[in-house]
Amino acid sequence: MIDINLLVNGIHHSLKVKDNVTLLQVLRDHLGLTGAKIGCDCGDCGTCTVIVDGEPLLSCLALAVEMEGKAIQTIEGLAQDGQLHPLQQSFHEHGAVQCGFCTPGMIMSAKALLDKNPNPTEFEVRRGISGNSCRCTGYDKPVKAIMAVAESESRTKSENLGKERH
Amino acid sequence: MGEFSILGKSTPRVDGIAKITGKAEYAADLSVTGMLYGQVLRSPYPHARIVSIDTSRAEGLLGVRGVITGKDFNGFRHGFMVHTRDESPLAPDKVRFVGDEVAAVAAIDPDIAQEAIELIRVDYEILPAVFDPEEAMREGAPAIHDHVQRNISAEMHMNFGDVKAAFAQADHIREDRFFSQSVLHGFLEPHACIASYEEPGKITFWGSKQSPYFPYRNLASAFKVPLSKVRVIQPYVGGGFGGKNDTFALDYSAVMLSKKTGHPVKFVYDIEDVMMAGRRRHPMIIHLKTGVKKDGTLLATECRVTADGGAYTAVGPMTIYLAGAFLSLPYKMPNFKYDAVRAYTNKPVSVAQRGNGVPQTRFAAECQLELIAKDLGLDSVQIRLKNAVEPGHVTVNKFHISSCGLKDTINQATDFVKWRERKQELATEREKGGRYLRGLGLACNGFQSGARLHGHTACAVVIKVHEDGTVSVLPGATDSGQGAETVLATMTAEIFGIAVEDVHVSKVDSFLTPVDPGSYGSRVTSTAGPALMIAAGKCRERLAEVAAQMLNVGSEELEFRNRQVYGKNSPEKAIPFRKLCHMAYQSGSGQVIIGEGYFGQNIALPNWETGEGDVANTYTFGTQVAEVEVDRETGQVKLKRMVVGHDLGKMFNPLIVEGQHDGSIYGGMGQALYEECLTEDGLTLNPSLLDYKMPTALDMPTVMKSINIESNDPIGPFGAKESAEGTQVSTVPAIVNAVYDATGIMFTDLPITPEKVLRALEKKEQGGVKNAPAGI
Repeated sequence: MIDINLLVNGIHHSLKVKDNVTLLQVLRDHLGLTGAKIGCDCGDCGTCTVIVDGEPLLSCLALAVEMEGKAIQTIEGLAQDGQLHPLQQSFHEHGAVQCGFCTPGMIMSAKALLDKNPNPTEFEVRRGISGNSCRCTGYDKPVKAIMAVAESESRTKSENLGKERH
Repeated sequence: MGEFSILGKSTPRVDGIAKITGKAEYAADLSVTGMLYGQVLRSPYPHARIVSIDTSRAEGLLGVRGVITGKDFNGFRHGFMVHTRDESPLAPDKVRFVGDEVAAVAAIDPDIAQEAIELIRVDYEILPAVFDPEEAMREGAPAIHDHVQRNISAEMHMNFGDVKAAFAQADHIREDRFFSQSVLHGFLEPHACIASYEEPGKITFWGSKQSPYFPYRNLASAFKVPLSKVRVIQPYVGGGFGGKNDTFALDYSAVMLSKKTGHPVKFVYDIEDVMMAGRRRHPMIIHLKTGVKKDGTLLATECRVTADGGAYTAVGPMTIYLAGAFLSLPYKMPNFKYDAVRAYTNKPVSVAQRGNGVPQTRFAAECQLELIAKDLGLDSVQIRLKNAVEPGHVTVNKFHISSCGLKDTINQATDFVKWRERKQELATEREKGGRYLRGLGLACNGFQSGARLHGHTACAVVIKVHEDGTVSVLPGATDSGQGAETVLATMTAEIFGIAVEDVHVSKVDSFLTPVDPGSYGSRVTSTAGPALMIAAGKCRERLAEVAAQMLNVGSEELEFRNRQVYGKNSPEKAIPFRKLCHMAYQSGSGQVIIGEGYFGQNIALPNWETGEGDVANTYTFGTQVAEVEVDRETGQVKLKRMVVGHDLGKMFNPLIVEGQHDGSIYGGMGQALYEECLTEDGLTLNPSLLDYKMPTALDMPTVMKSINIESNDPIGPFGAKESAEGTQVSTVPAIVNAVYDATGIMFTDLPITPEKVLRALEKKEQGGVKNAPAGI
């Protein structure tokens, strides 16, 4: 057993884990955060996607012991003070969710994309979630949901910029 | 009830917030105090007799609590029908495909369970195996099930009208062979369950099931306990598409190991279990002969199907029935003959998958119709309009068409793309030469809305109106992602005139919710919907009695709208719905407002011997137009856009309906262009999502358009019909026909891989193929 310290959704956790457990297992089995899913468990489907130090990460392929000191964000940490994240709200309103099994991973991939590239093209959005498989939606509504957030954020930014100029 | 206030508008899913926040719990997310972890041992051989199983080393491993084999089930077998019960929870004497389950263990953690599995020694006597359905039916082929002649798992024969006489009158007859391949359901959530057995015989089962009343019945039979002692509780389900109906080895093993150990037992399959050994769509070899008049009028069709059933029968008889019965839709087909055999092979089991059998034969029929149009110099649109069925039509196999918007779907879908102009434009572009060949393809479908089977085939709903003005719905139907809960919630809100957030739809709990056959065959809106209307109607009637007294108006004059109840002519004297509910409970007799309803559409079931009779409450129709781009250098086919015209009876919720069409396009596109379970000597060669190619977000067309036609069905709830599966039926042929338009080559073997395209293009350029099928 190895001691590790993780910062998950802003909360520090000190844990003892086996050296072969993945981050996904720690999130689900030790911390009770089951939003990240076990789909393929080998890095092909994207249902386990979380954000680590700003980058999307397939948590089924990452050993927990490599996560020492890193800031990890999961779907459970996205809503703040009872307010849904704009991506969550947009997925909901655009009908981008069906069975919902891929949804947490896809939203986390989208968040990582928009955090880096707030104004992506549709192609960039499609590429950004191309590692997230989904059998239900055909991706059309998820893509529209993500584009809507990107557009409204860039609009807000340009409005703010406009205000600053006055 | 006048204008709708909720139905018809885009309402986000009622289970959406739970899913986007990660709070929705799927079977693998659940845990129960004291639970053990299960694992199964699978056969490495496609066909072998089990000589002996030595479990002693596994049993001796520290942390192992129980080991079971097929013998523990005392000869219990399960199957879709009484005479097709050929499958055991764990193989007791013989394995029939690579991945067939032979033993299971329960241990204190998953690693120990895995280690224990590896310590089980099975002594196999390897038997000759057969993998091709046609070879399997030949004399002398290895017998996969003892006492079954020629490995025939099921047969279906239909003969309507006079095919022979009709062919004699035909101006043109075509015969073609098609092959529809083996594809996976593609859900991302592998099978998972937890089971708890309490002596003297009570089972509690949480499982990822799209039809939870299947395990309810199967577990009661397997463990010889009364149905009332089986409590099946439904978690969220991560997609089903037909692949989560049956009761599997893990489900039975979890209960058996719980019985043995006294602990709850959890099983979670991994993706390789699903992709190597899980169920699949039926591959079919389809010989189709069709006769027409010069003007394109369809006279007769004769269809022979050889379905590759894999190792067990499962729902196979239903699949081959549907594949034949729907030859009579969506076109007037006065004569048809259908002969199907489903052969056992030493491969994973073929079952229902979105469209259940209909997509396979419709692929053949729509592609052949395109070839016929070409042969006769007829227009693709006109030949379909000419033969399209209309409302009131009764098919030769006695499907009664109560509503039909097929012609509207054809017209509107083709108008949307400006069919004639676009075809011409693309043809001109192709003549110029260049790397990309683009083409337009068309296909139609007819499908069942609310499948009806033997046995208990009705849906039921219980409605409970709370004193605070909210309503609980207890359906027997299941949401596996398709939106069932939202459909039921919006219908309920509409009937009571309340907001969708005032409605709570319960998941199945067989102790509480009414029994139901299952959520397959596009049943929920069609069959649970009318049941809900009856249940809610009873509650509304009782509330109306109270309201009528309070408002001093006749109860028939009452409107329920915007969380208020008022007389039509005196809206100013409205009472809040919440107050009405409160008064109903608190004044007078102290009644509670609970209503129940069931709906089974009281018409005769099909005759399963002849295939005659209605299989569904009602029928849907649709048209799809695909535009593709074929890369002559790489052979890759790209679906550029897909237009869906669908007759859904009545639009309830555009968000959900469009999502269903999108999903059908996705599944159909995967089948048309990418996906195939590749096997060699029964071993699946591509059991991972890396090697089994499902389309990504980059592969999908950026234009997917849904055009929905409201034909107001007289049987469907508020006029509605299915909009979940029909679109899957015509997606494949629309794409294949578009590739035909682009290349002049009809690809009759799915999927249309780049290799096949390059080979066919090369052959065509050498002058070998001209507007002929390229079965490669």
